[in-house]
Amino acid sequence: MSNNEHSQFTENDFGGSINTDEILETFEFLDDWEDRYAFIIDLGKKLPTFPEEAKNEINLVHGCQSQVWLTHYLDQSTGKLHLLIDSDALIVRGLAAIVMASFNAKIPSEVLAVNIEAIFEKMDLIRHVSATRGNGLRSMVKKVQLIAQGIGS
Amino acid sequence: MNQQAVSKSAKSDTEQKVPFDIEKVRKDFPILDQEINGKPLIYLDNGASAQKPNAVIKAINDYYCQDNANVHRGAHTLGDRATAAFEGARERVREFINAASTKEIIWTSGTTEAINLVASGLTSTLKSGDEIIVSRIEHHANIVPWQMLAERTGATLKVIEINEAGELQEGAYEALLSEKTKVVAVTHVSNVLGTINPVKDMIEKAKSVGAITLIDGAQAVPHFMVDMQALDCDFYVFSSHKLFGPTGIGVLYGKESRLNALPPYQGGGEMIERVTFEKTTYNELPYKFEAGTPAISEAIGLAKAIDYFCQFDRADVEAHENSLMDYANSLVKTVPGMKVIGTAKNKVPVMSFMIEGLHPSDIGTLLDQQGIAIRTGNHCAMPLMDFYSLPGTARASFAFYNTKAEVETLFKGLEKIQRLFA
Ligand SMILES: Cc1ncc(COP(=O)(O)O)c(C=O)c1O
Repeated sequence: MSNNEHSQFTENDFGGSINTDEILETFEFLDDWEDRYAFIIDLGKKLPTFPEEAKNEINLVHGCQSQVWLTHYLDQSTGKLHLLIDSDALIVRGLAAIVMASFNAKIPSEVLAVNIEAIFEKMDLIRHVSATRGNGLRSMVKKVQLIAQGIGS
Repeated sequence: MNQQAVSKSAKSDTEQKVPFDIEKVRKDFPILDQEINGKPLIYLDNGASAQKPNAVIKAINDYYCQDNANVHRGAHTLGDRATAAFEGARERVREFINAASTKEIIWTSGTTEAINLVASGLTSTLKSGDEIIVSRIEHHANIVPWQMLAERTGATLKVIEINEAGELQEGAYEALLSEKTKVVAVTHVSNVLGTINPVKDMIEKAKSVGAITLIDGAQAVPHFMVDMQALDCDFYVFSSHKLFGPTGIGVLYGKESRLNALPPYQGGGEMIERVTFEKTTYNELPYKFEAGTPAISEAIGLAKAIDYFCQFDRADVEAHENSLMDYANSLVKTVPGMKVIGTAKNKVPVMSFMIEGLHPSDIGTLLDQQGIAIRTGNHCAMPLMDFYSLPGTARASFAFYNTKAEVETLFKGLEKIQRLFA
């Protein structure tokens, strides 16, 4: 693949200016469910475009009620893992954005060191949704961790 | 060992009915009185599992506090009481569906097991070239066991297709029926669309080619009365938990001659007459199909649920349920981009729908924030989702304890979701 094709992986702000500290900070100020969900859904709208041709069986994240796709690219020059996630559900896209903010553009050892549970703990909403099966949040996290492990070993 | 079937005198249908008073009825369901996410619970997922009245909860509690023992073992008073209550429950079910005899009432763990029992039992009856007819609107429970039977025997599965409204296509069933048809397994009511199938007519036609009929009544019995002798099907199945009774128990009704022709499903205690290492002979109906210790408190709970259900005048209850459906239909236009899936002329109060710009799972999550419980997903009916080319639907399924005010709150909630998020 040419560098150009990887631009969709690398040219976005997830893991950079869109990070969990910033998300948690904003989230703290939202006190009704309407605002919280609006915020999550808006985050999802910032996700980079997921290539249609990559919406295949291999990239499908299982255990979700909606369809969720996750693909990755390891930048050999920086050693950083880049992710792309997409879903056909708005809230799940928002959750995917939080997963991206937590894990994207990190080297595999950093990915594995992320204490995602602590982040979920801090976000009341996420604590609520992460407990329900079927939204795919757990499956997304698991898949990212497996990818990082696979590269690390 | 042959047990005596003790039957408690069951409630007769001619008995005085209790007026249907929605406010009173709601008080009978303790679970309804709570808040979810700071809002009063509105439970509209009755198609998945219905709530239980106090009478049912109390019957189960009383059983464990006063009568618990194994059944059909004789020898002591508790065992006799448990057996009497358990067999009394069987008689209650028999009366409820107007079966000819309690021999025709087999306890199973639910609809799913009942269908599997029949499909498994027909293995040696079917052969290559035979055909099994199901419909496009079946729950997976009424597809997969037949597919497995087809695989075992070389038979083929034939599917009655539907129209856009979610009704069986005119003439499609008749076109599939032939002397090759050995089994017709159709749902009485669709769990996704609410469509009521014309099963009486279908059973009659199946009979003209000598096919065995099984009707999946899981979504029918919570909404209207069924009569086995009038329907004249070979098998009819349903689950207690959708009928306001406990989970873990369901009913397989089978005509005595059909049940006698089926081999036992599982082997073990209770289902045998005499066991030697050389040969075992089986118990008579219904025990032949009830290996092991049965779900005793659940059977008693189900009988109570039926008592509860039958205490009201059915016409009043059905009028109430229809008024909920009509009201819901009239409010659809208040939600921009809302589309109802399943518009059969003849349906129970179930509304599957989509809202443009939202995934069903979004709708479910955002309604839950407002205390409203609905079901989202493929509803264990993937072939039906394929027909509509949908990833799933949102489904509100109503029970008699739901109110018009709840329907109104649902639509206000949907309108809000659509306005804020779609
Ligand atoms: C039409 C229909 N058939 C079968 C089933 C399966 O019932 P159970 O899971 O209680 O066995 C259901 C439950 O959703 C249903 O709606």
